[in-house]
Amino acid sequence: MIQMKRTLLKGILYGTTLAIRQGLKSNPPAIKQAGNTDCIAQIMLKDTSIGRYYVFKDGRMVETKSGLYAGQPQVSLVFQDVDTALGFLSLNADYHSIVHDAKNFKAAVLGDSKLSVWFMQLMNLIVAGNPQMGTPMPDGSTRFTTNTNGGPMFVYVKDDKILRMTPIDFDDEDAQSWTIEARGKKFTPLRQGVINPHAQGLKSTVYSDKRILYPMKRVDFDPNGERNPQNRGKSGYERISWEEATDIVANEIKRQKKVHGPGAIAMAFGSHHQWGNVGYYLSALLRFGNMIGFTRVVPNPDSWEGWYWGATHHFGNSMRVGIPGHYGLVEDCLKEAEMIVFWSSDPESTNGYASGLEGTQRRFWAKELGIDFVHIDPNLNATAQLYGGRWIPVKPGTDPALAIAIMNVWVNEGLYDKDYVDGRTTGFEQWKAYLLGEDDGVPKTPEWQEPETGVKAHVVRALARAWGNKKTYLAAGGLGTGFGGACRNATGSQWARNMILMMAMQGWGKPGVNFGNLQAGTPLDHYFYFPGYAEGGISGELNFTACAVNNYQRMPHVLSMNPVKQMIPRQRLADAIVDGKATGYLWDGSSAEAQFAPFQYPMPGYSPVHMIYRYGSSSFGTVANSDRWVDMYRHDSLECVVNQSIWMEGEAHFADIILPACTSFERHDISDWGNSGGYIHHNTDQLNHRTVVFQHKCIEPLGESKSDYQIFTEILNKLGLGAMFTEGCSELDWCKRVFESSDLPKYTSWKKFLKKGYHVIAPPPENLRTPAYFRWFAEDRHKDVPEPLPLPSQWADEAGKGLQTPSGKIEFVATTIQRGDPDNPERPALNRYVPSWEGMRTQELVDKYPLQLITSHSRYTFHTYGDAKDSTINDIADHRVCIDGYYYWILRINPADAKARGLRHHDLVRVHNDRGSVICAIDVSPLMAPGTLKSWESCAEVDLFEDPRFGRVDRGGSLNLLTPQRPQVKNTEGMGSNSCLVEVEKWTYANEELIRA
Amino acid sequence: MQKWNLIIDVAKCENCHNCTLSSKDEHEGNDFPGYAAAQPRHGAEWIKIKRRVRGEGTMVEANYQPTMCNHCDDAPCLAAGVDGAVRKRDDGIVIIDPDKAKGRKDLVETCPYNAIHWNEELQLPQVWIFDAHLLDQGWKAPRCQQSCPTKAIEAVKITDGQMNARVAREKLRVLRPEFEAKPRVYYKNLHLMDTEFLGGSVQCRINDQIECIEGAEVKLLRDNCELAKVMTDVFGDFKFDGLEPGSKDYTLKVSHPSYGSASVTADLPNSRYIDNILLEP
Repeated sequence: MIQMKRTLLKGILYGTTLAIRQGLKSNPPAIKQAGNTDCIAQIMLKDTSIGRYYVFKDGRMVETKSGLYAGQPQVSLVFQDVDTALGFLSLNADYHSIVHDAKNFKAAVLGDSKLSVWFMQLMNLIVAGNPQMGTPMPDGSTRFTTNTNGGPMFVYVKDDKILRMTPIDFDDEDAQSWTIEARGKKFTPLRQGVINPHAQGLKSTVYSDKRILYPMKRVDFDPNGERNPQNRGKSGYERISWEEATDIVANEIKRQKKVHGPGAIAMAFGSHHQWGNVGYYLSALLRFGNMIGFTRVVPNPDSWEGWYWGATHHFGNSMRVGIPGHYGLVEDCLKEAEMIVFWSSDPESTNGYASGLEGTQRRFWAKELGIDFVHIDPNLNATAQLYGGRWIPVKPGTDPALAIAIMNVWVNEGLYDKDYVDGRTTGFEQWKAYLLGEDDGVPKTPEWQEPETGVKAHVVRALARAWGNKKTYLAAGGLGTGFGGACRNATGSQWARNMILMMAMQGWGKPGVNFGNLQAGTPLDHYFYFPGYAEGGISGELNFTACAVNNYQRMPHVLSMNPVKQMIPRQRLADAIVDGKATGYLWDGSSAEAQFAPFQYPMPGYSPVHMIYRYGSSSFGTVANSDRWVDMYRHDSLECVVNQSIWMEGEAHFADIILPACTSFERHDISDWGNSGGYIHHNTDQLNHRTVVFQHKCIEPLGESKSDYQIFTEILNKLGLGAMFTEGCSELDWCKRVFESSDLPKYTSWKKFLKKGYHVIAPPPENLRTPAYFRWFAEDRHKDVPEPLPLPSQWADEAGKGLQTPSGKIEFVATTIQRGDPDNPERPALNRYVPSWEGMRTQELVDKYPLQLITSHSRYTFHTYGDAKDSTINDIADHRVCIDGYYYWILRINPADAKARGLRHHDLVRVHNDRGSVICAIDVSPLMAPGTLKSWESCAEVDLFEDPRFGRVDRGGSLNLLTPQRPQVKNTEGMGSNSCLVEVEKWTYANEELIRA
Repeated sequence: MQKWNLIIDVAKCENCHNCTLSSKDEHEGNDFPGYAAAQPRHGAEWIKIKRRVRGEGTMVEANYQPTMCNHCDDAPCLAAGVDGAVRKRDDGIVIIDPDKAKGRKDLVETCPYNAIHWNEELQLPQVWIFDAHLLDQGWKAPRCQQSCPTKAIEAVKITDGQMNARVAREKLRVLRPEFEAKPRVYYKNLHLMDTEFLGGSVQCRINDQIECIEGAEVKLLRDNCELAKVMTDVFGDFKFDGLEPGSKDYTLKVSHPSYGSASVTADLPNSRYIDNILLEP
């Protein structure tokens, strides 16, 4: 037997030579990979009894022989025994065995890292052949597919140039669509993936003057001499080669470890990246980071905030970061609901999350059925504009007072569900006493809230009565079940908590009574497995991704781990560098309690941070009080800043070394539309058709740019870690591994998938649709929706019945707050109204800065990814306006406020407070409530210059320069950036020439 | 002969700009010989969305109207471009020839709708070409329709007779018919862009508290003539739409069987929201 296997192995090794010859003759991807590489590679058994070597010269195999190479081969694949070798060299290799054998030293790759990776990737390409990618079109172009933050698209390419990008119209071969029957009408969605404007503008960001096309070094940064950190953001750059760039970065990584020790390198990145499971930040970046060890800059739950730090304590769902789930709610809403209250909810702008404009048609169905809409928001937002309905403008940050007054009316007029409150909640008597003023002498009537919120008492009563009498959906936040808006201000956690308490009073889970705005909860398949990006892709990171949920079992890969336990809260990064210390609270959804324990930077045993490896996007537009970041970048203690970026924007200007990454159109990737996985379990329920997409490499990387994966590989090759990082795989190989880890191979072949580029997952038959969310709870049954939460230990009573709260019920007085943070006046267990720490009650501030600025999630850019970049998006007047050749960020203002300041439509203004100055163009209209300004967060540009009159001024539009960094509630890390007082005044250029600041 | 027409529903346009962006995606950086030279990246919106905000207080609207070349049958640009610079295709689409129209800045002035853009760099008048180059390749619709999330834009290829029937049935309008250019772009709900509304909120003092009154009957009168009648909603709100801009001397007669009546007069320099109509017994 063993002799037969030995003979087989020899035969296979001989076969490899034929395959390599043939591949290097006729397989273009393999020929390209071979390039003009010189390499002597060898495959052998550890006992040297069998071997074969291959000599490549100038990309051609010039010699190969059985046996061992006489000299020292540059690459050796060494196998412990014949079985291991046969496993690796099989055409259908089983990655369970491969990964196991590699981890246990039964197989080893020895020799030069770069050549090892080269040789393994070449062998994979030779096996893969040259499959057809995309669909040829009659005009000679090829129709590729891609997936983006704004939806999947066809990409038409001719002569290595993108001609056009369109939404995908589904064809007859694609799975059929679902139909919902409601009140005698049938509703079926469009046979199309409906995309966001920021997706439709993407071609212009690929071909943008802002693209970084070659590696660069700051002119006054000398890694071996003067580094001049004080000039970051001011001095220019010079072009360097990739060889030099990766040398500098690799040597600096080594130097940091030797001189300072673990912890000295911090990795900083945004909350999102270009869509895909391989190239995503939670994938390739984390794998890279774990290879070098890094101080983690931990994100706060920046779209959830008030839900995580507040709401979760009343009802659980910590693994959804404190927001409600959504199963079955599109059907329930259409069939049962009579009214939808949109509270700080603008799905036409924010689109739930990563789901195109798929929800729009469903909200039109609701209008068709006569469901009433109400919009509570200081801005008559895009959703209110499109569908109409009563607008109730509320002063920012006072929403909890409005909610409390509505509940007061419900109690006074008996308009709440007493059976539900009795059976499914605890603590109501205490809450009721608070509402009626029995405990503090202040009844929380509509009149009580009027001076606070600006909403007339009679309007509050009318709303409360309509709500109490009709089956009502509460759309809280953009997703309807949470997210964004009022949960991101000083009173955000109070607001989110009140949203839960209101629904508890109305019978949450009964037919027609639930959270949502038809954005989430379509009847799609919840059992088809395809990983979401939060499952960590190729990272192998078990602790800081959801890899452990499914991905680690489904896609065998070598785990990776970051041994540096030191962390810095993202909102405090500037403090950590400048002040040398910071305290944070962890975003950890595993339990309701995890958030209470603080962590400190620096952590004993680790080095403070001396190097920042920054990747993608711009924090100036997304982190509160980001003006502090300028000081951070110029701080003496920061010896090196690397920025790996696609575009020259935002923070890239503050780097010492700039590494040009390519866009997702210039590399392969694979993904499920809208599938985040992790904390947004079954996020794909926002779609009408669940669609898995192969993201073709549509064009070659522009200039000298490279994929993130490739950049990481080249740096790690210089640290001897390339083979460990890649596992010998190219991005295409990883895509195939992701494909094979999913349920997709049951429905389509890899070959067919590469050609067509997408696959629509069929919706389940009607009788297998998931029941409406929380119905089981309302009816006191075992949980019957497919969300694996909470963790088993979090059930206090019988698992599967009731909620994660200690009582198993919705708690009007939150036990976990009583236990974990009992004496915090800003977060009392009984959700008392505490006015904003930066709002209309902070009189001293209001005297100086009388206008309240809110900065919502952007409509026309997905965070920073669509903005600026010379994109066509810039021409949208609701995003930026071009004045004298410069594109200014838009700020909305009421006509009365404009008039009082002598301002007119599209005037330039300086928006300012003690934290800084930003120049914007104003949009004057009554769509904005008086006293309130609204703009977007997530500006990609920061364009700082010295104004002789006002000091440092940004005209890029990064309004987060002005927002407070104070956490919304003491003992939390929640952003309160929508509580921001400012003044605006007309601004004209100073006479002096602009000097970068 | 079937010809192309575009039907745009103003009530369904949400200002997402997918139409504008898809036009730029199609034409920026791409030359389509015989159809169109490349569209500039910035500044020239061949499809442009106009915004109109109406109302005051809590009754405010923003309405959006995508505009573009109307592909008129009697287009002044056609008359000025008889030498081949501008041509009318059999399917109704107007093409400004990217070669023959070079230097013809005069064509820009001929369009009463200001839909012709002057490309300074190429010295060329340009318009949205209805994606004729794609339709000729077998595409079923222009890209602005495909990208539109609400399908506020619909392209139809039918006979003029069928189109006229549809115009009558769905009360479609063209822009500025007085130009007599015979546009092939039609609008639904255009009143949202060119008329005013009169709205209000009806209240009553009950038990010493102001309350919104649902179910009050509101009549709109002028010259003692009843123009329309509506009922108030749960917030006591009502709205009469489609009123002539600048019109005057309206009377609102409000009544409720339990709470009494009120009468208010109003002029409409602009859309109004009278938020405190108090019923008296």
